[in-house]
Amino acid sequence: MADLKLTVDHSTDAERGAVDAVLTADDHAVVRVTERLVRGGMARRKARRHLLLPGLHALQAEVGWISPGGLNYLCDVLQVPPAEGYGVATFYDMFRTDDPGHTDSVHHVCIDTACHIAGAEQFAQQLEAEGKQVHRGPCLGQCERAPARFVQGRGEPDHVPADTSGQPAAPHRASVRRLLKRVGVVDPTSLASYREHGGYAALARAIDIGPDAMIDEIRAAGLTGRGGAAFPTAIKWRGVADEHGRSKHVIANADESEPGTFKDRVVMENDPFSVIEGLTLAGLTVGAEHGWIYIRGEYPLATRRLRHAIDEARSAGLLGGDVLGSGQAFDIELRRGAGAYICGEETALIESIEGFRGEPRNKPPFPSTHGLFGEPTAVNNPETLLSAMYIAEHGPDTFRLEGTEKSPGTRLFCLSGHVAAPGVYEVAMGTTLGDLIELAGGATGTTRAILMGGAAGTFVGADQLDMPLTHEDTRERGTTLGSGVVTLFDDSVDFMSLVLRIAEFFRGESCGQCVPCRVGVVRQHEVLVELRDSGAALRPERHELVDDIARAMADASICGLGHTAAGAVQSAIRLGLIGGTP
Amino acid sequence: MTTDWSSLDPALADTTVSVTIDGASVTVPAGDTILDACTAHGVDTPTICYAENLTPVNACRVCVVEVEGNRTLVPACSRPAEDGMEIQTDSERVRHSRKMVLEFLGTTNDLSEAPAINAMSERYDADITRYATDHARFDQDVKIDDDLYIRDYDKCVLCYKCVDACGEEAQFTFAIAMSGRGFDNRISTEFDVTLPDSACVYCGNCIGVCPTNALQFKTEFDLRRAGEWREDEQTVTRTVCSYCGVGCNLELHVQDNEIVKVTSPADHSVTHGHLCVKGRFGWKYVSAT
Repeated sequence: MADLKLTVDHSTDAERGAVDAVLTADDHAVVRVTERLVRGGMARRKARRHLLLPGLHALQAEVGWISPGGLNYLCDVLQVPPAEGYGVATFYDMFRTDDPGHTDSVHHVCIDTACHIAGAEQFAQQLEAEGKQVHRGPCLGQCERAPARFVQGRGEPDHVPADTSGQPAAPHRASVRRLLKRVGVVDPTSLASYREHGGYAALARAIDIGPDAMIDEIRAAGLTGRGGAAFPTAIKWRGVADEHGRSKHVIANADESEPGTFKDRVVMENDPFSVIEGLTLAGLTVGAEHGWIYIRGEYPLATRRLRHAIDEARSAGLLGGDVLGSGQAFDIELRRGAGAYICGEETALIESIEGFRGEPRNKPPFPSTHGLFGEPTAVNNPETLLSAMYIAEHGPDTFRLEGTEKSPGTRLFCLSGHVAAPGVYEVAMGTTLGDLIELAGGATGTTRAILMGGAAGTFVGADQLDMPLTHEDTRERGTTLGSGVVTLFDDSVDFMSLVLRIAEFFRGESCGQCVPCRVGVVRQHEVLVELRDSGAALRPERHELVDDIARAMADASICGLGHTAAGAVQSAIRLGLIGGTP
Repeated sequence: MTTDWSSLDPALADTTVSVTIDGASVTVPAGDTILDACTAHGVDTPTICYAENLTPVNACRVCVVEVEGNRTLVPACSRPAEDGMEIQTDSERVRHSRKMVLEFLGTTNDLSEAPAINAMSERYDADITRYATDHARFDQDVKIDDDLYIRDYDKCVLCYKCVDACGEEAQFTFAIAMSGRGFDNRISTEFDVTLPDSACVYCGNCIGVCPTNALQFKTEFDLRRAGEWREDEQTVTRTVCSYCGVGCNLELHVQDNEIVKVTSPADHSVTHGHLCVKGRFGWKYVSAT
């Protein structure tokens, strides 16, 4: 790499202090050891690039934006080209690269699905009337207490006002309590409490039976990923485990950003040690020494609790050089996202950790062979890790006592919208949609449509209440379980406005790397704006255009965001929620 | 001529893969991409972000093909051919995605100086008139920072080629990068500072790889503005750069007995199409009086 050329702008003491507080001397890409000895070079630079995101967070929190001088200092410390540093900073919602002109905290107000129908706009206006700096943005993962707000602090820590007004709404009921068994029961800040409630029994048994037997049990249990893609966990873990003699990673993908999803937040806030144990189990099973938790930036309480849990676990020898006396090393580093839905896509997440823009990679090769830093990596959703723990502790046969043959086990569902008791519910797979809704107290109005799987999912009509919640049944009926989102909309909802917002969400969240998605989400949104403005039914040639756009995005985009960006819109048209009678 | 290193790698030597392209069996060396196989078979595959002297980024998606067993279409430029692959290059599904990509670009950018892309649009019946009349476009002002080259990002299709040529693929200068997100993505220096304030060393390798003339010599830009750019009258003369002993080959584009721009052949073993500031821009002395 050529020597960096920095602009003439200088950093302030505050900016240097903020960066120095998170990047120690050893983190610097070039270190002057003595008058004549300097440590640096390409390998050292590359090995430190992953510290860019924490550095940007530090600058943003300290001065409210990434200034040219601040970026210069950070880029100099890490030897990252400033143009690339700027490219990364401008990729994320939580960073700004222009002077905000004020020194206040920023109140992020969610305007997506559940918040959209719960008066988010009025809420935002009310906060503005109070003189607060308001940023209207995508889902904040607090759909059970819509309209949601997250405060990006300046001079105060980032926080969610609802957290300090009492414990977040806990899951209200579970027909089967496996994954949620400790939620609301255990003290989330105490390792002792966690162990009293059965903590680390799963890991102990996994160590006892060994990695191969563990993977066999997960295969026998038929566990599939709970993040949305439903990929068989055993295949993923086997793939990484088979990469012998290489440095390997496991990542907990806690970047849940799908509108309507908040299950991982509830677990991480209330039972953080379980995520640590689950990730450790994954790491020891696939033979990885490095664990990462990538958590979305809008989850300050969960971040704090996980950090605390990691420290506690390390002090107790449950992380470190010899985990639980197994003779194996494993440790966990936590990384905060900075506001980008796309970083929930596993390869975008990997790029983000590495200090690059969250642009998905083309697959193959898959992360199981070429993942983080080009090394074998297993990326799993926290709920998947908890399910794996259940299998480790109780065995595959017990796991299969709930659920169906093709969709075994239990799942967490996130209920929000026009339902009596929004929250996270754990039910056996195969429970009908109607029974799940009844568990949450039933619909509050006359249900017109239910959004399954979030913005990336599809709407179904109220005639689908008999649908068993399994992969096979949802697929057969043209919908998806996705990340477990079930958002109810009654007949008072202005669907044109709601669907327009979903289209706008994708327009705002596409990373812009590939043409079908970058332009497709914009053209799709434009057709809907035109439709709303016309006040008429969807004309046949417009219907054809929006279908053409949908097909190209689904067929030719690089990643799942583009593949699913038209699903909700298409289903809304099919059901006659928008565009007139189909 | 490029060296075929595969012959030196025992793992790759003498190994081939056989695929089916539009029903015909095609055998290519292991490691070749689907695009290579299509080219070997005589199938003309449209590409925009692909360049033979850069690692494929598969961002434009105009080269997508259908591969049996794959849920979505796959980019021919970067996907290695695997034994037994059944590939469709001209199915309705393939034609549809290619057409849509071309419509998307046609409705977003100024493609008036991208004849190759316009030919593809014609081939795939891209119709940019069917979109809302006030749809979003790039609409960027031309950036003129100096007398060497201009940046007209209204023409930019975000193919990443210039970024890669400026970075690890050729120059290792890293003066430009992708910034922003989604439709607001733009190629930019840090904080959009001008090129002289950036790390740019004026090698012009970004111009060399640009597929839409978004980056062009100031000489060409001025002639086009004056209505005096006459490409069909230009001659191209291949010569060796006169500055140092490396031996870079230059292609001098000459109009009215004046050099109007300089390129380098992408398949040249010394340059792979890339030059330095002297070879690219240091030719004014030729016509000095």
